Amino acid sequence: MSNPLPLWGGVGEGAGEFRLRRMVQDAPDLIPGVKHTPAQAALGEGVDVIPPAIELRHIDKRFGAVHANRDVSLAVQAGTIHGIVGENGAGKSTLMSILYGFYQADRGEVLIRGVKKTIARPVQAIAAGIGMVFQHFKLVEPFTVLENIVLGVEGGKLIARALAHARGELARLARDYALEVDPDAVVATLSVGLQQRVEILKALYRGAEILILDEPTSVLTPQEADHLFRILGALKRQGKTVILITHKLREIMAITDRVTVMRRGEVVAERETRATTQEELAELMVGRKVLLQVSKGAARPGAARPGAGRLAVEDLSVVDASGVERVKNVSFTVRAGEIVGIAGVAGNGQSELMEAIAGIRRAAKGTVRISGGAAHGNARDLRRQGLAHVPEDRRRMGLVTAFAAHESAILGYHDDPAFTGPILLDRRAIVAHCAAQMRDFDVRPPDPHLASESFSGGNQQKMVLAREIGRDPEVLLVGQPTRGVDIGAIEYIHRRLIALRDAGKAVLLISVELDEIMSLADRILVMFDGRIVGEVQADKADERLLGLMMAGIDPRTPREAA
Amino acid sequence: MEALTYFALLLDATLRVSAPLVLAALAGLFSERAGVFDISLEGKMLVGAFAAGVAAHYAGSMWVGLGAAILVSVAFGLLHGFACITHRGNQIVSGLAINILAAGLTILLGVTFFRQGGRTPQLPTEARFTPITLPGAEALKDVPVLGALWSELISGHNILVYFAYAAVPLAAFVLYRTRFGLRLRAVGENPEAVDTAGLSVEGLRYQAVIICGVLCGIAGAYLSIAQSAGFIKDMTAGKGFIALAALIFGKWKPVPTLLACLLFGFLEATAARIQGAFDLTGASDAVRRAAEALPFVIEALPYILVVLLLAGFVGTATAPKAGGIPYVKER
Ligand SMILES: Nc1ncnc2c1ncn2[C@@H]1O[C@H](COP(=O)(O)OP(=O)(O)OP(=O)(O)O)[C@@H](O)[C@H]1O
Ligand SMILES: [Mg+2]
Repeated sequence: MSNPLPLWGGVGEGAGEFRLRRMVQDAPDLIPGVKHTPAQAALGEGVDVIPPAIELRHIDKRFGAVHANRDVSLAVQAGTIHGIVGENGAGKSTLMSILYGFYQADRGEVLIRGVKKTIARPVQAIAAGIGMVFQHFKLVEPFTVLENIVLGVEGGKLIARALAHARGELARLARDYALEVDPDAVVATLSVGLQQRVEILKALYRGAEILILDEPTSVLTPQEADHLFRILGALKRQGKTVILITHKLREIMAITDRVTVMRRGEVVAERETRATTQEELAELMVGRKVLLQVSKGAARPGAARPGAGRLAVEDLSVVDASGVERVKNVSFTVRAGEIVGIAGVAGNGQSELMEAIAGIRRAAKGTVRISGGAAHGNARDLRRQGLAHVPEDRRRMGLVTAFAAHESAILGYHDDPAFTGPILLDRRAIVAHCAAQMRDFDVRPPDPHLASESFSGGNQQKMVLAREIGRDPEVLLVGQPTRGVDIGAIEYIHRRLIALRDAGKAVLLISVELDEIMSLADRILVMFDGRIVGEVQADKADERLLGLMMAGIDPRTPREAA
Repeated sequence: MEALTYFALLLDATLRVSAPLVLAALAGLFSERAGVFDISLEGKMLVGAFAAGVAAHYAGSMWVGLGAAILVSVAFGLLHGFACITHRGNQIVSGLAINILAAGLTILLGVTFFRQGGRTPQLPTEARFTPITLPGAEALKDVPVLGALWSELISGHNILVYFAYAAVPLAAFVLYRTRFGLRLRAVGENPEAVDTAGLSVEGLRYQAVIICGVLCGIAGAYLSIAQSAGFIKDMTAGKGFIALAALIFGKWKPVPTLLACLLFGFLEATAARIQGAFDLTGASDAVRRAAEALPFVIEALPYILVVLLLAGFVGTATAPKAGGIPYVKER
């Protein structure tokens, strides 16, 4: 760093302190009271024991009635990538937010490189060399990348100098870690993948030695996720410590050194990654055996009503607000008793297609028919004809987050005579209905009066599914059914979708998770640039083939499919 | 030439009428860019005007009046802050309460102190901000166009008018070039980003509310001890809301907000001038009525413009995203 502003002095001090501690630790016998944690003991050697980069001791945290963390202790060794897994609502984000000073623990203490630190506010965490990329990004959207980076560390009353300094520093970080991003771009215009990079840059710019990433890959395409892992590898080689929260066990196996499993607010196990398996972790997380891939019988499309296309989409085109054609002449049918998956890299028109089919976005041309009924209609008519819709963005479109769970549970069906009298809603019936759904779908906590926003992501998703599947639809549209959802819930959701299929219903599944598409769908349509570029039978699909088709290349034909 | 003089006088009046709007709109700008919506600009101006009138009367000094106006207005701003920032109350409700409180309190105290129907005593010239003649105004008077412009339009206002217009570039500088401005804009867009960057959301918002109070106080003082020679009950007469409208019309940006204030001030000045300016002898009843209604139509234009803006006919107004929402971390 050529021209450090005063701020970076603090970081330098941190490093000095680290060296000092290390010398002290070299002769542990001289220092009474320095104990080895089990993690250190496991590392062996003993002579040159480095204190853990982070140690949390007996952290306890409640949000009102919710006991989010119970007496959690955790040590993370310096220079490693440490995974944390656990079900939705297990308390992972809460624990990390406490470490970052965003929330305050009710009890417990934090040690950074063996030194006890009070971290009551983020500024203290930043000073201690901790950086965090939150599950929901904390960026100022109308600001440029540079402005976001310098916010809070301007180093002087005017920002011009800070911006110039950050520009240089950003170029260096981009070189060192393959973190390229246009410093003058307005954050709102960046893709999620790039916004995440800005978050990582923000942390590194503040001199973070310890980087926490909360579910970084749940919003990324597979390519972006690969890139992220290369960045994390580079960070590790530079001696930085990374804590990675994820629901994807494959990622844990691929990149972490150790992994901690949380369940219902507690740490239930810690494993050396080399010495564990996905199956073991899954079982530890959920507390029972989990099928990582739900088995299903062969589809019997049309068995219920032979030949009938339950959902028929014909020549559908969608033009978005800025006049760009996002869906181009798409036609397909989904028959009763089958699941059709639409694969594609996010942003290739799947979302628009789905919204058009659901009747919440106007199609420029084309028709959508449910069970051979009248062509198209608005969302309300379509629902009456037996269409149910689980939208991609459950927080924005699936629930009213401020509503109590039972109110969200009847959205769109509030005029059903079961829930309403001539004027007033029948509260008791609604609450009972919601409670039954929660039991049926194992929503936790099963409290119909809790605000919808108080449920974790996976449980919110189960609530939306419960509502839509509960209507016994003829056709179900589902978008990203398991985004950000833990494996226990994934298994459950997949089971329910297959059960629906086996009951003779038509299911259209849109997902960016290839694994999900391949394990659920009977037929796979691949979308690229607004068109359906190919169809693959599920049993003939593999990741390579689909991946190429998603990039617009169909290897089965000599020329490009696009 | 006749028309030109008329127009120059109209512009001169526009500057005068717009000055308090500019101050109040900038006050709102600071508060709302920090995410604290403030419909109580009106109320704060009113208590400021009252405090200025009272203090200038007793102390015999406009500077004491100005100081009192700022203090009282800031106190009301802090009240708004205490309700909305510390206790996370509803910003509109709190603003409304402050407006009602201000209207009632100024009348009650005014009547109790002076028994002149809510007026404060007439101030002598020494206790008021009076027009300043800028250097060269006399000498350049007869130089065509530029000289006339200088002496007629620019010169001859009181110091608060000059301050109001100087405050605009100053506000723009603070907002866009300084660390404080960066943080202020950030906290109005996404307080979580500010919080996780290690800054205090509450601290920043309180600072914004205080600046808002200062500017409203000056705007209030302008009304009672510069433009007039004393406080009259309800003397703000909706100016706080016009300023708010200008702020929205100016999309929460300093220079466009200034232009909106000038436009609204121009409309008000025009309305005042054409009242009774037409010779209506021999006109039909309909024409007469239309002529009488015209000033009111012109005065209503700012509001109509804002409604059109909000309906999307004049582009979209993008409010600070976190505006109006209390910052709550743990539910
Ligand atoms: N700000 C908050 N206010 C109230 N309750 C909260 C808050 N944040 C989290 N909770 C509750 O605390 C519990 C733990 O939540 P947390 O977000 O830490 O889980 P998680 O393990 O990160 O889950 P996920 O995998 O869904 O992200 C949940 O029951 C959640 O509803
Ligand atoms: Mg989480």
